[in-house]
Amino acid sequence: MTGTETARVRGLVKEFGARRVLDGLDLTVRRGEFTALLGRSGSGKSTLLRVLSGMDTDSRGESTVHGQVSMAFQQPRLLPWRRVWRNITLGVETGDPRGVAERALAEVRLTDRADAWPRTLSGGEAQRVSLARALVREPDLLLLDEPFGSLDALTRLAMHRLVTQLWERHRPAVLLVTHDVDEALTLADRVLVLEGGRIAAEHLVSAPRPRSIAQLSELRARVLSDLGVNDHEAA
Amino acid sequence: MGADAATRVPLGEQHDASRPVAGAAAAPNSRSRPAVRGLKGLGPNRLGQNRRGRSRHGRSRHGGTLARWVSPLVLLLGWQLVSGTGLVSPRKLPPPTTVWRAALEVAGNGQLGDGLAVSLRRMLIGFVIGAVIGAALGVFAGLLRWGDVSVDPVMQMIRNVPLFGLIPLLILWFGIGELPKLVLIALAAGLPIYLNVHAGMRNADPHLVEATAVLGYSRWQRLWHVVVPGAAPYTLVGVRLGVASAWLALVVAETIAADSGIGYMINNARDFLRTDIVIVGLLVYAVVGLLMDTVVRLAERWILRWRVS
Repeated sequence: MTGTETARVRGLVKEFGARRVLDGLDLTVRRGEFTALLGRSGSGKSTLLRVLSGMDTDSRGESTVHGQVSMAFQQPRLLPWRRVWRNITLGVETGDPRGVAERALAEVRLTDRADAWPRTLSGGEAQRVSLARALVREPDLLLLDEPFGSLDALTRLAMHRLVTQLWERHRPAVLLVTHDVDEALTLADRVLVLEGGRIAAEHLVSAPRPRSIAQLSELRARVLSDLGVNDHEAA
Repeated sequence: MGADAATRVPLGEQHDASRPVAGAAAAPNSRSRPAVRGLKGLGPNRLGQNRRGRSRHGRSRHGGTLARWVSPLVLLLGWQLVSGTGLVSPRKLPPPTTVWRAALEVAGNGQLGDGLAVSLRRMLIGFVIGAVIGAALGVFAGLLRWGDVSVDPVMQMIRNVPLFGLIPLLILWFGIGELPKLVLIALAAGLPIYLNVHAGMRNADPHLVEATAVLGYSRWQRLWHVVVPGAAPYTLVGVRLGVASAWLALVVAETIAADSGIGYMINNARDFLRTDIVIVGLLVYAVVGLLMDTVVRLAERWILRWRVS
């Protein structure tokens, strides 16, 4: 799993007016590695993803991504006026968009919604389409910006399983922004805690997948304390 | 990326791109100016309310729609009574039966068909010219900053000139032939289309523009798959207003001076005191206007079919 770097960030600084959101951040994402990024609101998690995705070009420092970047957002951001299968393959160069879309939809178990309008999808379905759309681009780096944040708890668990499967099959490097500690521990190889615009703590999660959060209670307590939450209070 | 629609749209402004602008028509506010302004007296509100009113009454299909026929029928009956019995002089207001016979007469001798063909042709040519220019300028001003700076002030000036006030000027410039009529119709169609296309382009959903950029859409793909469909609800409101305005402009133009068309038929009938034919002409104007609005509305429903509720 180790090997060349997929993304490399050094001394990244991003300011909004007088507020410094990223303050000399360093980060290396290795090829195929699943990294989760935890942090309080406003800690700069999403800003970092915006820089890596190229949406934010107004920052200082070094940030390099090797290869294709793709992204799924908190809101699925599907084009409501294009049918589901078109949403998946638009922007992708392929001779057989329909076939590519159908295979991608099969992976997220939505083959029967290929011709649906996005407005008719449930929140979980729309998010699965968004994942399929991101993966069909065969990214080397997949950025996930709280993609399960607005889903209900049961759907979120199903999505965790799905993301793990997809990641194991396609093996992109993943950078998942979340503020759900359990989600980070269940999914990632490595959990980073962002604070004050830098990486404040790093935890490796070596437990085999699929994981149950019960096995990880000790690590969970440590991550929570990094985030400034006392586990006894939280429990 | 570069200087494209994405960079033009302020991030803070979250706009549901699929929301139509018709409701928001009332107050032209400084930035996004939903622009739904047609001719004076033929305001967007009237069109908007019609639609909303319809759906609300649609709930009781059987009783509701039938009941709505009662008052027009009563009116028609009353009309027949007062003018049929001579209470009102038939020369001022001929009864419906006479109007019907007049309709058959002008339909039979070709007056109606010829006039309608000429009027529709005028409408079509003027509308297409106005719509194409209006839409092109709207896209130009909506997408490019310098397009906005150069085009919009002039359009805002023109929109504030009462359209029919231009008629004397148009006659001085172009005489009383076809050209001034076409110019008037084109202006009437082009202005609301320009204003709404412009507003639609500027209200492209920044989240979608941004997301599709990350997902590797080219500039043209973003324009064609994100910005243009996002502006469609606005554009269609503009088209509907443009059709109504242009038809009204046609009626006015033909009433002032025409040697062919429905307006000519009406003026001619006036000279021969044929009130019945005048009324037939008015009814034709009304029915055709209604038909055109229906066509645009059906097109709208199809184009916006993704807005499934």
